[in-house]
Amino acid sequence: MFRYICKRMVYLLITLLIILTTTFFLMKKLPGTPFDSERFSLLPADQQAQLLEKYGLNDPVIVQYGKYILNVAKGDFGTSFFYSGQPVSGVIMGRIGPSALIGIQAILIGLSIGLILGIIAAWRHNSGIDYFTMVIAVLGVSVPNFVAAALLQYYVGLKWGLLPVAFWESWKNSVLPSIALSFSVTAMIARFMRTEMLDVLGQDYIVTAKAKGLNQFKVLMRHAVRNSIIPVVTILGPIVVNLLTGSLAVENIYSIPGIGSLFVDSIKTNDYSTIMGITVFYSAFYIFVMLVVDILYSVIDPRIRLASNGKGD
Amino acid sequence: MTKTEIPQELFTKVVVDKDEREHIARPNLTAFQDGWLRLKKNKAAVVSLFVLVIVILLAIFGPVFAKHTYFDTDYSRIYQSPSAAYPFGTDQFGRDQWARIWQGTRISLLIAFAAAFIDLFIGVTFGAVSALFGGRVDAIMQRIIEVLVGVPQLIIVILLMMVMPAGIWTIVLALSITGWVNMARLVRAQILKLKNQEFVLAARVLGTSNRDIILKHLIPNTVGVIVINAMFDIPSAIFTEAFLSFIGIGLAEPNASLGVLINNGYQVLQNFPYLLIFPALVIILIMVCFSILGDGLRDALDPRMRQ
Repeated sequence: MFRYICKRMVYLLITLLIILTTTFFLMKKLPGTPFDSERFSLLPADQQAQLLEKYGLNDPVIVQYGKYILNVAKGDFGTSFFYSGQPVSGVIMGRIGPSALIGIQAILIGLSIGLILGIIAAWRHNSGIDYFTMVIAVLGVSVPNFVAAALLQYYVGLKWGLLPVAFWESWKNSVLPSIALSFSVTAMIARFMRTEMLDVLGQDYIVTAKAKGLNQFKVLMRHAVRNSIIPVVTILGPIVVNLLTGSLAVENIYSIPGIGSLFVDSIKTNDYSTIMGITVFYSAFYIFVMLVVDILYSVIDPRIRLASNGKGD
Repeated sequence: MTKTEIPQELFTKVVVDKDEREHIARPNLTAFQDGWLRLKKNKAAVVSLFVLVIVILLAIFGPVFAKHTYFDTDYSRIYQSPSAAYPFGTDQFGRDQWARIWQGTRISLLIAFAAAFIDLFIGVTFGAVSALFGGRVDAIMQRIIEVLVGVPQLIIVILLMMVMPAGIWTIVLALSITGWVNMARLVRAQILKLKNQEFVLAARVLGTSNRDIILKHLIPNTVGVIVINAMFDIPSAIFTEAFLSFIGIGLAEPNASLGVLINNGYQVLQNFPYLLIFPALVIILIMVCFSILGDGLRDALDPRMRQ
């Protein structure tokens, strides 16, 4: 186990380094400077040089790269060009709250509805509610989250006036974006849970439990649900990825001051250092979640051996 | 204990008709005929296939037969609600939304199919080489995969989109640079599994050449996995394209793709909801159909389902 984690850590670092390098050189290829080109060109030449000097843009690319990697290792992502003078890490930190809140709420909504739907669907296999669940499962992954978010904003927020349509003032503002993000989570979990439950319900020990005379509900809760809920951990990875992508569009639609909207804004304003900072942040988060999921899974289900040769997925 | 005498004449030789013994109970079907038979039984999948064919036909011929081109502007007829002349209405420049939607569908589908095809090509080659060569080659190729798997796809796609000039092929390239990894893993796992199975051993014992084993045994048994994965690749490519255009770094006006149209419609959602609803419905329809068809194919082509 320990060896496995160490090995994964090494990969994690290599992956991060590759992402960092790719991002850095891609950003260098971007046309123009991060400064407002019109106003920048109006500056006298010596001030232009000063600005470039200050942000280290005059050094050869390879020196800039080396400095950047060293700084990142120290946790310093440089200063944001757009939010002038603010350190990127600070800008990102200030934006985590809203993103985390709607992300966690979306997972909670999706998890509870998804699990309930999945369990009932499997229990009442081929019934109306089973078909309903399957429809939800297909729609949930097929309706792009930004379309869902836009429609929710229009109908629930604007037409019916039930909830605020945008901005970040009170908890109420987080409801619609959380719901919009939760659709795909609900769908993935409902579907996965249903399949797992159907599999478990066909096992011999369920027949035994029923034969012992245990009542239906107990069989369901004690034997079936308990055993099928474990593998849900495995789809947490894809779910988190989904939420990360979703947050980019959804935060933009609802004008939420989160990391997703920061990323989109910094893309639009060519704010290199912020883009790189968020890229690293997202990647590190993503890789970390994947690692945790793998470890968690081996802890919960001892049949999975992590350290095995790794052949065959 | 008394012995029961059994008279010799009661013993008769069991005669099995030679033809009967070799008789094959059901017609010999190839994996695809077999899969097709099973897919046909899945009503939802057949309906999806049918709908997809219609959508693809509309995407190909819709713009051709439309009265207006997708970029024709006419300021005398802006923001017209859907009517007989303009089934899906017109947008802020008076462009025919009907022509734009099918043009957009065409572009979105083109991007998705191209990206899926490139993913398939790179992924299958990488996976097959890795599995068949084994040893050091496999080890090195697997390390590459392990590093790439950790890369969040969308981030890289976004970065590439920023650097490269906007256009259809840029999106295809960005999508396929990261998209093939999954295919490679699946193909490798499948071939590794097959390589050690008895029927391959039997073929070897019978003296089948390596080339025939690969062509006749390994590849046909991997096609199912490839087709299914490609089926799920297509909707995800459509989604990513729409997403990129929606946040403003994909295709740009006057080009049309479903993402561009949805973005456009979203801007005026308050007053002209139909400009968002129609492209949204088309993209949802396409995604739903691909996902049902993909599920149907998975059930139909999975050899373990064979009875």
